[in-house]
Amino acid sequence: MSSQAAANDTDTVLRQVLQDVLGLSAERVAAFTPDTGLFGHLPELDSMAVAGLLTEVEDRLGIVIEDDEVDGEMLETYGALLAFVRAKRGA
Amino acid sequence: MIAGWPTPAGEAYAVSFDRGRRHRLLVLPAWFDESNKLRHFTVEVMRRLDGAGVDGFLPDLPGCNESLAPLEDQTLDSWRAEAAEAAWHFSATHVLTIRAGAMIAPDSLPGWRYAPVAGNSQLRALLRARVLASREAGRDEDRERLLEEGRKNGLELAGYRLGAMMIDNLAAAELPAAGKQRDVAQGDIGGAGLWLRAEPDYDPRHADALAAIVAMELMA
Repeated sequence: MSSQAAANDTDTVLRQVLQDVLGLSAERVAAFTPDTGLFGHLPELDSMAVAGLLTEVEDRLGIVIEDDEVDGEMLETYGALLAFVRAKRGA
Repeated sequence: MIAGWPTPAGEAYAVSFDRGRRHRLLVLPAWFDESNKLRHFTVEVMRRLDGAGVDGFLPDLPGCNESLAPLEDQTLDSWRAEAAEAAWHFSATHVLTIRAGAMIAPDSLPGWRYAPVAGNSQLRALLRARVLASREAGRDEDRERLLEEGRKNGLELAGYRLGAMMIDNLAAAELPAAGKQRDVAQGDIGGAGLWLRAEPDYDPRHADALAAIVAMELMA
């Protein structure tokens, strides 16, 4: 898989996980931009839901996310979360 | 519909569809926060199976739902013993486990494990949620330290007060081999698992699909 394909794949998987966790339509999740607010912007995304989201991302992408890597900034927008997960996959 | 049944720890309750039929299904629920998100689904699967001629019994786990037993005193073994006791009391012929319910399924019963998850994965998600909630409240916690503390003194996770023994049991709890039971993955059902949802939701198609799998294999 080329790195471009892997990058697109991360985007697709992350949108799918958000769709599953938030119960949004595929159209709404497809419209997420890098600036779309997540934690702190979507009331249903509480700590239990974020924990479920991160665990699901770990399982679907085969990565391990440490507690000290998780902070408000990384969860604040879709773009920040995507950048974090992409960096994790590249590492 | 709600049956009382005697357990060593006192009277317990179970959702029951009992018309003395040939197939009698013990249903072991999902755990902790997932139990709330999947209860509607679980009972709807039983309702459909009742319509298809299958008796069903969904006992409360000790310390959960209507159970008066202290949750803090429970261990994986006490839950296993209760599941075995329920299987005996209700003369179950088969078992259907939901998510972590697979951890306590009686080996002797044939049946199905819906989207089974290991106790240690469940604990990992609960610890992570607690760390995130604490950080939001300005307290710095980490999973390693919490686990160490929990193994000594127990721990409150997602509103559930778990004893030291249960924490220790869960940390070591790998998913047992399926044995006589068959795993049914969410992919066999279609759509996303309802346990993932931030807000509890319900989709009748999920209940239809799981009930159809169980009914067809029972009647085969």
